[in-house]
Amino acid sequence: MTRIEVVRAGLLTTVQDRGRRGLAHLGVPPSGAADPVAYELGNRLVGNPPGAAALEATLDGPTLRFDRPTAVALTGARMPEVRIVDVLDVGRCVGGVRTYICIRGGVDVEPVLGSRSTDLLTGLGPAPLGAGDVLEVGPEPADELPAEPVPGRVLPDVPVLRIVPGPRDDWFTAAALHTLCVEPWRVSSSSNRVGIRLEGPPLERARHDELLSEGLVTGALQVPASGRPILLMQDHPTTGGYPVIAVVRSDDLWLAGQLAPQQRVRFAIDG
Amino acid sequence: MNVSVRRAGDRGSLLELPDNAAAVRAARLLRKERPDLVDVVIGHTTVLVTWVEEVSDLQAIAERALVDEPGPCGRLVEIPVTYDGPDLDEVARLTGLSPEEVVARHTGVGHLAAFLGFQPGFAYLTGGDARLHVPRREVPRTRVPGGTVAIAGPYAGVYPRDSPGGWRLLGSTTAVMFDAAREPPALLAPGDRVRFVAA
Repeated sequence: MTRIEVVRAGLLTTVQDRGRRGLAHLGVPPSGAADPVAYELGNRLVGNPPGAAALEATLDGPTLRFDRPTAVALTGARMPEVRIVDVLDVGRCVGGVRTYICIRGGVDVEPVLGSRSTDLLTGLGPAPLGAGDVLEVGPEPADELPAEPVPGRVLPDVPVLRIVPGPRDDWFTAAALHTLCVEPWRVSSSSNRVGIRLEGPPLERARHDELLSEGLVTGALQVPASGRPILLMQDHPTTGGYPVIAVVRSDDLWLAGQLAPQQRVRFAIDG
Repeated sequence: MNVSVRRAGDRGSLLELPDNAAAVRAARLLRKERPDLVDVVIGHTTVLVTWVEEVSDLQAIAERALVDEPGPCGRLVEIPVTYDGPDLDEVARLTGLSPEEVVARHTGVGHLAAFLGFQPGFAYLTGGDARLHVPRREVPRTRVPGGTVAIAGPYAGVYPRDSPGGWRLLGSTTAVMFDAAREPPALLAPGDRVRFVAA
């Protein structure tokens, strides 16, 4: 089996797959690739079965040494400085923040609750990569390397995420939903796989009583006391007591997974 | 009484029920009759459901939980506690009780697991003695050890693993609240009755 030595871990590199589905009632976050479109494409390009584990690099990718020739696909954010001389040096990400390193055979770490994903909120799954780690690669898949045309993809400077209002839009003034949709929001630097903090004018509440804790979905725009929304990402807690004004459509979540610190983003009601 | 349905994105609905017991019953019915639902998450008085292919009749199923006989009661789980927590004296001061009385009231009544969240296996326990309803700490601790037994507002709970936390810490238990290798992984499920026992 192929082995990979982590020469340099990069800023934050985690193992990700499709995540832990259907366990939210136990308090287990969904986890999984933050840009599922890029992750699925990378797996197809190396002939992996769906759900094979890949590496998710963030902003600055890792340097990896393979002990034998191996098919690898890099998808998601572009890597203008990628180098392959003895080692694979992914370098920095541009046009997005997350690059997927999909290795033929998949990363073979021990699954936890049916997934190999790192969960940064709860610590389930493998720890983020560290220098000196050695990763095993799974067995050669049956499928040959496909000749799939790779669609080009350009992330707009100011992406527009489509939202469905609710479930608690009535806890806010009518002006709040309007503000959410007209303001260009700025992505805070303290954003991560748990949530993307958005900077802009506070969204005003119409109700000030305390919401009893309720279930949360990925993509929810949760509004804490500050009035500045937090877009919940894959490692989000499963329940919470702050009202959710709207939820990003599932088809647009990959765009959220590529938002960079200080980038601007807009929201538009759809449905 | 009705169940109201709120949209939770393009692949989810939030069902509002009159109380926690109805939410627990509705969640059981939904799981049984719609096995294709991805998640069925109980909140304090809500059930969040998510799907890949839209599922019909959610409201009708949940409304049956309003008229159904109460289902079988959850299990009774005893949690042994060593009452040596760093906030025991503070809780005594806030409530005007002695530390011994705080322990007596915490062990004296049965609790109910209302819903899970915050961390894997963390159950929000309701039904505790009303004299022990104390506010959360102004400044949360950055690290509360796993196994810590705590209270805040109308809730009691046990931290399953080391994590930040703003609740008042009464003691610690050896009970394992969550083990990914165990089936089921979480010690408590909504509807379970819980009694704390001084170890």
